[in-house]
Amino acid sequence: MPDIFGVPMVVLLGQIMLGLINGSFYAVLSLGLAIIFGMLNVINFAHGALYMMGAFVTWILLSTVGINYWTALFVAPMIVGLFGIVIERLALRHLYKVDHLYSLLFTFGMALALEGLFRYIYGSAGKPYPVPEQLAGVFKLGFMILPVYRAWVIVAAVIVCVAVWLVIEKTRLGAWLRAATENPSLVTAFGINVPLMLTLTYGFCVGLAGFAGVLAAPIYQVSPGMGSNLIIVVFAVVVIGGLGSIGGSILTGLSLGVIEGLTKTFYPSASTIVIFVVMAIVLIIRPAGLFGREA
Amino acid sequence: MTDHRLEVEDLHSWYGESHILHGASFHVNRGEVVTLLGRNGAGKTTMMRTLMGVVRQRKGKAVLDGTDLLATPPHRVAKLGLGYVPEERGIFSSLTVAENLVLPPIVKPGGMSIEDIHKLFPNLKGRDRTIGTRLSGGEQQMLAIARILRTGADFILLDEPTEGLAPVIVDDIARALGTLRSMGLTIILVEQNTRFATNCADRHYVMDQGRIVDEFSNDALRADISKIDAYLGV
Repeated sequence: MPDIFGVPMVVLLGQIMLGLINGSFYAVLSLGLAIIFGMLNVINFAHGALYMMGAFVTWILLSTVGINYWTALFVAPMIVGLFGIVIERLALRHLYKVDHLYSLLFTFGMALALEGLFRYIYGSAGKPYPVPEQLAGVFKLGFMILPVYRAWVIVAAVIVCVAVWLVIEKTRLGAWLRAATENPSLVTAFGINVPLMLTLTYGFCVGLAGFAGVLAAPIYQVSPGMGSNLIIVVFAVVVIGGLGSIGGSILTGLSLGVIEGLTKTFYPSASTIVIFVVMAIVLIIRPAGLFGREA
Repeated sequence: MTDHRLEVEDLHSWYGESHILHGASFHVNRGEVVTLLGRNGAGKTTMMRTLMGVVRQRKGKAVLDGTDLLATPPHRVAKLGLGYVPEERGIFSSLTVAENLVLPPIVKPGGMSIEDIHKLFPNLKGRDRTIGTRLSGGEQQMLAIARILRTGADFILLDEPTEGLAPVIVDDIARALGTLRSMGLTIILVEQNTRFATNCADRHYVMDQGRIVDEFSNDALRADISKIDAYLGV
C-alpha cells in the first residue's frame, strides 16, 4: 500500500471514512436546521439536544422495555418529533412575529434544560448501546476494514437526505413549503393551512435530529452532552452551505466531514478548528454561503 | 330578490394602529364584474385583503353566499370559491412556472384545465420549467390569473391587473377577462385605468378614505366618464 505525502494510504482512507461518518451526522442535522430556518425563521439551538434526546430515547427503549434498534429507528424519531410539535404549539409559534433573537434564546434555553434534565436523571457518564447484531462485523475492503454499522450510517443518512431533498424540490408538498417560505399570507389565501404546515415541519425536522440520534447511539456513547459537542459544528456547516439551502447543507455536511478527516491525517492539531477556518473564509468570499442566494 | 353573492356592510379593518376601512358597504351580484375605483390609499387593496382574511383585524359584515367571511379562518376562505390575484401578483421566485400554476389547491369542480389555460394565455405555453419571476410582468400577471382559474374559484378578486403593463398586454388581459365573464364568474376588479374598467365591468364603486362613496352603472360611466374625475382627482 503506497504512502501519500508520507501518510500510509490505509490511514488516509480510514480517516476519510471516519470523516464521511461524521459528515453524515452533520448532513442530517444541518438539513433539519436549514429547513427550520427557511420555513419558520427560527435558529433552532435545541437541535443538538433533540439529537441527544433521540439517542437517549433509543437507549431507554432498549434498557427498560427491551425495544430493539430497528423499532427504535422509527419510534424514537416519532417521540422526539411529537415532543417538537408540542413545543412548537405551546411556545415557539408565539415567537415567529418577534425578532429572531427570542426564538434563538428560547431554543437555547430549551437545549440547556433538556441537557440538564437528562444529566439529572441519568448522570453525565456515557451509556454504551450495542450495535444491532444484523449490522455487527466488518467489511474487509483490502485497503481498509470498515465496520458494517458505520457503512450503514452513511447509507442511511444519504438515503434520508436525498429523500427529504426530493420531497422539497420535486413534489407539490415541497412547492407549498417553498412558497410558504416566501409569502405565507398568500399561500394561506390559496387555502393552505400554513400554521399547521409550520408545526409539522418543525416536528419532522426535529424528528430528523432524533433519527440522527438513533444512528449515533451505537457509535458514540449516549450522554447528555453529546448534542452540544456537535451542534456548534453543525451551525458552522449550515452557515458554510448557506442558510436556508437544503441541497447545500447536505453536500456541505458530507464534504466538511471529509475535510475534517483529512485534516486529522495531515495536521491533527488543526482538526478541531478546520471547519471554523473554512467558515471564516467562506463568509469573507461569499457571505450568503456556498449555496445560499445573495439577498 | 336579487342574487347577491357578496354583501359587505359597515366593514372596518386595521393594520395595527391604523384604521383603513371605515365602514364600507357594497354588494356584488352573481356573474357580475364590479370595479373598485379610487385614488391610491382609498382602501381598495385593503378591501381585498380584508375579504380574503389576509388582514385579520376587522369588524362589520362580509357575507359570501351565506357564509360569514369574518368568522372564516383565512385558510378556509379559498374553499368558499374566492380566488385572489394580488396586486404584486405573488409569483414565487423559488418555484417554476408549472409549480406556480398548480400551487393553489383545487377548491371547486369546474376549474380550467392546463390546456384551456394555455389557450387563454398562449404566452405561458412551453414555459413550464422557467422560474416564475423570470417571466415578463405581463406574463406574470397572466400566470397569477391562470393559477386561480385552475382551482375552480368562481368569485375572483383581481387587484390592478393592468398596473405597469404595455398597452398590447393590457388588451390581452382585457380579452381574458371577457372570457371569464362569459364563463359566468363573479369578479371584483380594482383598477386605476378607468378606460380599461369601463370596457370590462358591469358596475363601478368609488372608494375614498376607506368608504364606498358612490356607485355607477357601466352605461352611466361610459356616457360621461368625467363623473369619476372629481373622485380620482385627475
